[in-house]
Amino acid sequence: MMRLSRSALIGLAVLIALPFLIRFFFAGSERYYLHLLIQIFIWAFIYTGWSIMGRFGLTSLGHGAFTGIGAYGCVLLWNYVGLTPWFGIPIAIVAAVLVALLVGYPCFHLRITGHYFALLTLALTEFVRLCIVGLRDYTGGSLGTQPKRYGDGFSLYALQFETDRVISFYIALALWLAGLVVWMWVDRSMDRYALEAASQDEEAAASVGIDVTREKLKVTAISAAMCALGGAVYGQYQMYIGPDTIAGLGVSLNIVFAVIAGGLWVMLGPTVGAVFTQVLSEVLRVTIQSTAGLQSAFGSSVLALDTLIYGLLLVLFIIYMPKGILGTILERREKKSASARAAPANAV
Amino acid sequence: MQCELDIFFLEAVLNGLLLAGLLALLALGLNLVFGVIDVVWICYAELVMVGMYGINYAYKTGAPFVVAALFGILLVAFAGLLLHQLVIRPVLESAPINQLLVTGGVLFVLQAAATLAFGIDFKTLGIRLGSLNIYDMSFAYSRIITFAVASAAMLVLWLFLSRSYIGIAIRAIAQDRQIMPLMGVDHRTIYLVTSAIGGGLAGLAAVLMVLQYDIYPQIGQQFGPLIFMICVLGGLGSMIGGFIAAFLISEFIAIGGSCFATEWGYAIAFLFFMIVIFIRPQGLFGGKA
Repeated sequence: MMRLSRSALIGLAVLIALPFLIRFFFAGSERYYLHLLIQIFIWAFIYTGWSIMGRFGLTSLGHGAFTGIGAYGCVLLWNYVGLTPWFGIPIAIVAAVLVALLVGYPCFHLRITGHYFALLTLALTEFVRLCIVGLRDYTGGSLGTQPKRYGDGFSLYALQFETDRVISFYIALALWLAGLVVWMWVDRSMDRYALEAASQDEEAAASVGIDVTREKLKVTAISAAMCALGGAVYGQYQMYIGPDTIAGLGVSLNIVFAVIAGGLWVMLGPTVGAVFTQVLSEVLRVTIQSTAGLQSAFGSSVLALDTLIYGLLLVLFIIYMPKGILGTILERREKKSASARAAPANAV
Repeated sequence: MQCELDIFFLEAVLNGLLLAGLLALLALGLNLVFGVIDVVWICYAELVMVGMYGINYAYKTGAPFVVAALFGILLVAFAGLLLHQLVIRPVLESAPINQLLVTGGVLFVLQAAATLAFGIDFKTLGIRLGSLNIYDMSFAYSRIITFAVASAAMLVLWLFLSRSYIGIAIRAIAQDRQIMPLMGVDHRTIYLVTSAIGGGLAGLAAVLMVLQYDIYPQIGQQFGPLIFMICVLGGLGSMIGGFIAAFLISEFIAIGGSCFATEWGYAIAFLFFMIVIFIRPQGLFGGKA
């Protein structure tokens, strides 16, 4: 198995102790900070799930469909069949994986890649969102819906922990760690080399005996399953799901953007992306709401200001920092250490 | 559910045809840019939205509609030019994923900017053109005009691309990006001209849309995915294909919408799109993808 470096272990210990640190230092706003962290971990897990296929040139805009299937599948089974999320989540994941394979197989078999793949998966996202809106008798349409509260809102059976955010925090943390383990597992498997070869040149990869379709389907299934799980957990945590918050093109685009901003090709890149986007939108929201001048100038539409800055940053990121925040930092450090190693040799 | 082959069904079919004209025009500009520069403007529908607000602004300040319309077209053509110069050019050499996403960032910017500038409430020009009534069917004149103008615009563009020097150069670049610079065609100029034309077409679509639809910052989300779908379905670079794809999609929307609910019309259209692409990945009328 993999060995963890010392800094990783220290980091992990800090994360585990985090709720207590927060309770100690920010006693007044404990719930707020926990909420922010839980959001970051759940989205970081979803982003990591996307990057598992995204890093091989499979730019899917369809993952909003998988998070949607995960969240709605779980909640609808609970609300209308009374099935506990312990079974509901696996069923929703299986459904998402089936959809992924159903769309993925013809795509990969017919070698649909690049823009075409992105636009086709975009259609999938829209299809799922429209189905959710169309089935409004069950899903609440565009207003969204809530999982039925079980008892006092704290139950292991219903996986509802509304009253205790610390438990939700540890669930989100565990989820995120599991996501990283899956990432490493894929990264160290033979599939990675096969897929990297295929993303460079499909014909050549196929000619040396790589079953490109099969390899791509594997990562697609893993990726869809992770996003569905993330969507389901998000729904259970928020106790509300809406077609625009957990399904649809907005979610798909946010996933892709956050990963690009953080760094697509490094393990913690999607996590950095999640921290960056969540913290950014929180900071912008708080600043904007507390600035009276902006309020009076724009009225209620002032909230769009954070989207504006978010969009501008994304454009700048993609143009000037295509490797993302973490990717760029790691690259700089590598260059520095390489030149540091070279320098003494020159001196002697 | 009232799906019988009666006069209302015919009305839905014909209204679908009229919608097809608008969608085909919308797809045309995107198709041109996609075919020539090989970049998808994810924010294409947002450019249309910008045009609609521009026209609304000009009209409300007292300009006659024709002047406001011209202003709108020029505004979006300029926006297309800027988009290419500021956003697309720096990423022309990077991975396709980045080219796709950078315009997605512009989508957020335009939507948010429109919200900040004009608020979230619906705006309308307040021009009522009435409607044509035949038997029990009714067709809004605005839709008929849209269809006629869109068809004329497509014809003009086709003449431009097949007859003029720049038009032929544009088509040549779309065919072979490497060779054309060697033949003395400056691809940077061609890219700029194409972006401006693509923007201008979005502006023209905006002119036609302000007659039919209310203006709000999220209107792009209603049309954007449809436009991409039509482009790919018709086959890139095929203008006839684009028109037929627009026709098919809008019939699904119109008939599905009249038989079931509006979302189901759209949902069926998207499903149809995915199935067709699985059967013909290069689109209905595309050459080899």
